[in-house]
Amino acid sequence: MAALSAAIGYFVVLRGLSFAGHAVTDIGLTGGAGALLAGFDPLAGLFAFSIGAAAAVGLLGARARERDLATGLVLAFALGVGALFLHLQTRYANAQSALLFGSVFDTDPGLLRVVALVGVVAAAALAILYRPLLFSTVAPEVARTAGVAVGTVGFAFLIVMAVAVAETAQIVGVLIATALLVGPAATAIALVRDPLRGIALAMALGIGESWAAIGLAYASFGWSRGAHSWPVSFFVAVLALAGFVAAQARRDRPRRRDA
Amino acid sequence: MSETAAVAFVNVGFRRGERSILSRVTFQIAAGEFVGVIGGNGAGKSTLLQLTLGLLGPSSGEIRIFGHAPREARGTFGYVPQRIELDPDLPLRASDFVALGVDGARFGLPLPSAERRARVAATLADVGATAFAGEPVGRLSGGEQQRLAIAQAIAGRPRLLLLDEPLANLDIDGAAEIVELVARLARERGLTVLLVAHDVNPLVRAMDRILYLADGRAAIGTVDEIVNEDTLSRLYDRPVDVLRVRGRVIVVAGDEVHE
Repeated sequence: MAALSAAIGYFVVLRGLSFAGHAVTDIGLTGGAGALLAGFDPLAGLFAFSIGAAAAVGLLGARARERDLATGLVLAFALGVGALFLHLQTRYANAQSALLFGSVFDTDPGLLRVVALVGVVAAAALAILYRPLLFSTVAPEVARTAGVAVGTVGFAFLIVMAVAVAETAQIVGVLIATALLVGPAATAIALVRDPLRGIALAMALGIGESWAAIGLAYASFGWSRGAHSWPVSFFVAVLALAGFVAAQARRDRPRRRDA
Repeated sequence: MSETAAVAFVNVGFRRGERSILSRVTFQIAAGEFVGVIGGNGAGKSTLLQLTLGLLGPSSGEIRIFGHAPREARGTFGYVPQRIELDPDLPLRASDFVALGVDGARFGLPLPSAERRARVAATLADVGATAFAGEPVGRLSGGEQQRLAIAQAIAGRPRLLLLDEPLANLDIDGAAEIVELVARLARERGLTVLLVAHDVNPLVRAMDRILYLADGRAAIGTVDEIVNEDTLSRLYDRPVDVLRVRGRVIVVAGDEVHE
């Protein structure tokens, strides 16, 4: 899951979609909360709203600047509604907390099977889109003249991103899905100069950071007063940021051609 | 009209809202010709390219590319867009950038193949870019990126090469090198070339004919036939002076001056 998220994150970073990616997770939260309120499976709500949000962002804003504006508006609206939903429903405090922060240690096997299946489908979709997506990210006009449906490819990618993000959110929680999406990818882009190896590195980092975070969370049992371990999502966020900062520092020092 | 013409415009008009961008444009370009498309700002040069590529449809008249409608001629185009400024942090090597021109429009992951690698290497060699094949594209100079964009455009083995202002942002020597490169590629590969520029001078020796645009009207012919006071005054519909200074041509049309 972390690997898929990181691979998709690679294109999210390249296409300047970090904000949209984060927004989609937040909006998924609204969906989850709404589903809880209405008595449906919160995960179904999470998926439906994430995908809907990605579609809305894709339809509203074609250019980067428009897209940021569209994302901001959709996000603000959805968060407002989400806050209302969470306020109105008071019965399932545990489910709410799982939605927000995830629950790596007690994910049930049935859910894991769904997650794995959807993950495989999303990964396959990304592999199929890979070349036209890269082409239309790097040279949109040339891609269009070569017969790439640039708009459709971009839209399809937003949907795949929404699915992946919703997936990650189910395990690590809405709040931290962005860290796994963008962190390893941004680190890899800073370190490696060719796309396939970069994606591979991002995936490895995603998995590594996730396991390390789980390990740290396990070890943190008893660090603070009380019998709780620190949340995994905290460690994921810290590791993702640390990785990126380290990569930037490393890149900025050596070789600057002809500067 | 002859079916073998590489590009044929018959009475083509293009309007954007109330504004007429091109009106009654008629010309034919034979296969293998090198044509410079010259005109001032807003004369309709880029619109003419977009119409040729089928990215825009004409408001009136007919366009044929090797006897086909532009949209059906997709595989015949190689396109070098205006203002190539790649993000300095783009994690792509020059060879990855050119490879997109080979098969970037196809779905799926690129499988490593000797044929693909050989084709990228041959194309890089053809534009004199072998020396920086492994460098990140975003860190290369404007002239080097221009060469790579040309390599990307010809990597798909087009019959018709369209370049939008490839000489802008280059100094005189840089411009001369690019013109020489395009002329040689056209000769070796039997390409038809449409090169958009606002300055006639760097192109005088390389181009077979000139397509001059003024206020949405077009005239085609050899440089001597077109770049003279009679023809240009008729095209601009106002008195035009053509000055020849030290082997350079300068066109003065009212408050519009260009070389």
